[in-house]
Amino acid sequence: MEVLEEPPISLDKALKMYRVIDEDGNPVGPEPSIPDKLLIDMYTYMVRARILDSWLLKLQRMGRVALHAPNKGQEAASVGATLALEGRDWLFPSYRELGALLVRGMSEEEILDRALTTIDDPLKGSDFAIYGHRKYNIVPAPVPVANQLPHAVGAALAAKIMGDDIVTMTFFGDGSTSRGDFHAALNFAGVFKAPVVFVNQNNQWAISVPVKRQTAAPTIAVKGVAYGVPGIRVDGNDVLAVYTTALEAVDRARRGEGPTLIEAVTYRLGPHTTADDPDRYRSRSEVEEWERREPIRRFRLYLEKKGILGPGDAEEIYRTWESRIEETVVKVLDKPPLPPEVILEDVYSKPTWNLVEQMRELEESIKLLKELGVEVE
Amino acid sequence: MPVMNMVQALNQALREEMRRDKRVVVLGEDVGRRGGVFLVTEGLIDEFGEDRVIDTPLSEMGIIGVAIGMALYGLRPVAEIQFIDFVYEAFDQIVSNMAKIRYRSGGMYSVPMVLRSPCCGGIRGGMHHSQSPESYFIHTAGLITVMPSTPYDAKGLLKASIRSEDPVVFLEPKSIYRTIKEDVPDRDYTVPLGRARLVREGDDVTVVTWGAMVYQALEAAKLAEEKHGWSIEVLDLRTLFPFDKDAIVESLEKTERLVIVHEAPKTLGPGAEIGAYIAENHIELLRGPIARVAGFDTPFPLVHEKLYMPNIARIYMALRKVMEY
Repeated sequence: MEVLEEPPISLDKALKMYRVIDEDGNPVGPEPSIPDKLLIDMYTYMVRARILDSWLLKLQRMGRVALHAPNKGQEAASVGATLALEGRDWLFPSYRELGALLVRGMSEEEILDRALTTIDDPLKGSDFAIYGHRKYNIVPAPVPVANQLPHAVGAALAAKIMGDDIVTMTFFGDGSTSRGDFHAALNFAGVFKAPVVFVNQNNQWAISVPVKRQTAAPTIAVKGVAYGVPGIRVDGNDVLAVYTTALEAVDRARRGEGPTLIEAVTYRLGPHTTADDPDRYRSRSEVEEWERREPIRRFRLYLEKKGILGPGDAEEIYRTWESRIEETVVKVLDKPPLPPEVILEDVYSKPTWNLVEQMRELEESIKLLKELGVEVE
Repeated sequence: MPVMNMVQALNQALREEMRRDKRVVVLGEDVGRRGGVFLVTEGLIDEFGEDRVIDTPLSEMGIIGVAIGMALYGLRPVAEIQFIDFVYEAFDQIVSNMAKIRYRSGGMYSVPMVLRSPCCGGIRGGMHHSQSPESYFIHTAGLITVMPSTPYDAKGLLKASIRSEDPVVFLEPKSIYRTIKEDVPDRDYTVPLGRARLVREGDDVTVVTWGAMVYQALEAAKLAEEKHGWSIEVLDLRTLFPFDKDAIVESLEKTERLVIVHEAPKTLGPGAEIGAYIAENHIELLRGPIARVAGFDTPFPLVHEKLYMPNIARIYMALRKVMEY
């Protein structure tokens, strides 16, 4: 049996966890050289994602948002990885990546328009908990997990075939790694050296199933190795570790050297979605332990120790964005809803005859409902 | 004008479209050096290279998922599924993504791709090389489903499918890949999606059918004419969704009798939708019941496939039923 001649991909990086700062914000090794402004931007994006996340929870409880998948605790991986992309690159997020959306340039208003399905919803009310926008090269996530992974590979290959200097990045959870799409995507990406970066948010729980029930592999990152895709395991709550690793992976993809699988080890501090009750399957003490490791506090301590944030700066950033986002929420809550006809639009490039007939049926039924005084919303 | 079979016509359609538009790429299992197991992609790799004629790993889910990503980015992929019977691994990608990305993105993104695949029975292919699963695709909003029955239509419909802004499932009845030959223009032309073809004119019964069943219907029509002098019209639907309702209605205005023939199993086969559409909207045109002749409601058998599929006898029985009502 012939054995591959190429040197094997490092198992070490796939098994050990890379981190730059510890849980109290102290450097554990050499620190990457990153300009102060970018460090403060990183921090600000994470804070914005956290505030927006808590608003989406509130708005769901108020009955204004159909469903929300909380991001709390996972901001570092979302923000850190996405900051490694250029504007022309493409993002294929999952439904739990508010930080990534903000980094790509989507505003809180655009995100809230989406969540509240206002008249300005860019996705025209198609589904809950998903976000995307062509303006920012963000392809809206499908809710069936891992579906977007082969798309990220296909777009990366298309860019390669067309000679475009484009990298794609996709996010997905630990549960996703059990699906066939993960296998197909990693396999194709490895074979064709697609310029794609896979970012796994290993948040320990796929609803109630712990990562140990998803796989007997020692890590998620090690799965890449078998596909010929370097797998790198990082502390997903350490934004500096995620950012530097993603930057290397993006550069590698851009150089034509192929894909990378990054496993960001993190924790979902909230429920799976607003329809979930995590007290049924995990202990409070486990959650409390991860609260102590959460990424924003940790990065703040680092920035303060380095003197990049002065006394009161962190509070100032928080207060500024808290009031800006609150203003945006008030503005968006006041917007009119989408008109009914959107439910029959965008199925095809031009409506087929059955949809034309069904549009007439919809219009007539709306008139009749009004006459009958029946409220359907 | 050169005489071609369907394989040659499809090959020429791909070649012409790849020359015309460099965004068109072909991907699938064995589509490169092997030229596809039925040779539809033969020689393309020599002209267009490995970047545009892509032999993939053996994974329908990967082929379709990756083709979707390519189409999102701006290519016009033509993805081959070696036999449509193997498409089910890709079903989540087809139903949840290929069909829904335009809707999910509020029209911001689209997936202009073609899934082409040999389908249907008649070559003793057994359970997993003979299926006619068009109903699944027709039932999925966002997809266009096509099945040609002649080399001329195969070329023109495939070219139209590649140029379509919407995703197309293009099913090729493999039993007539090489048996039907006809003149096919050596130049660029398209056959419009959504339009049926009148194959045989008649006054007494309209037979709506497609794919290889067109030829079974023609034989049954001849038999009915010889035996009873009945005049049978045969309509080849060509595009199964959105189907050409106007052509069916126009024909029924003359014949007032409808028989639908397809290889797909009867229960919830496309005939159910066509029949229901006519019954719901044009019942006044009909003199009596609609008859359907379809594959039996079983998995496709290896043995006695000519009895399983609609044949001259079963179609004739249906003609008799509607004529003698």
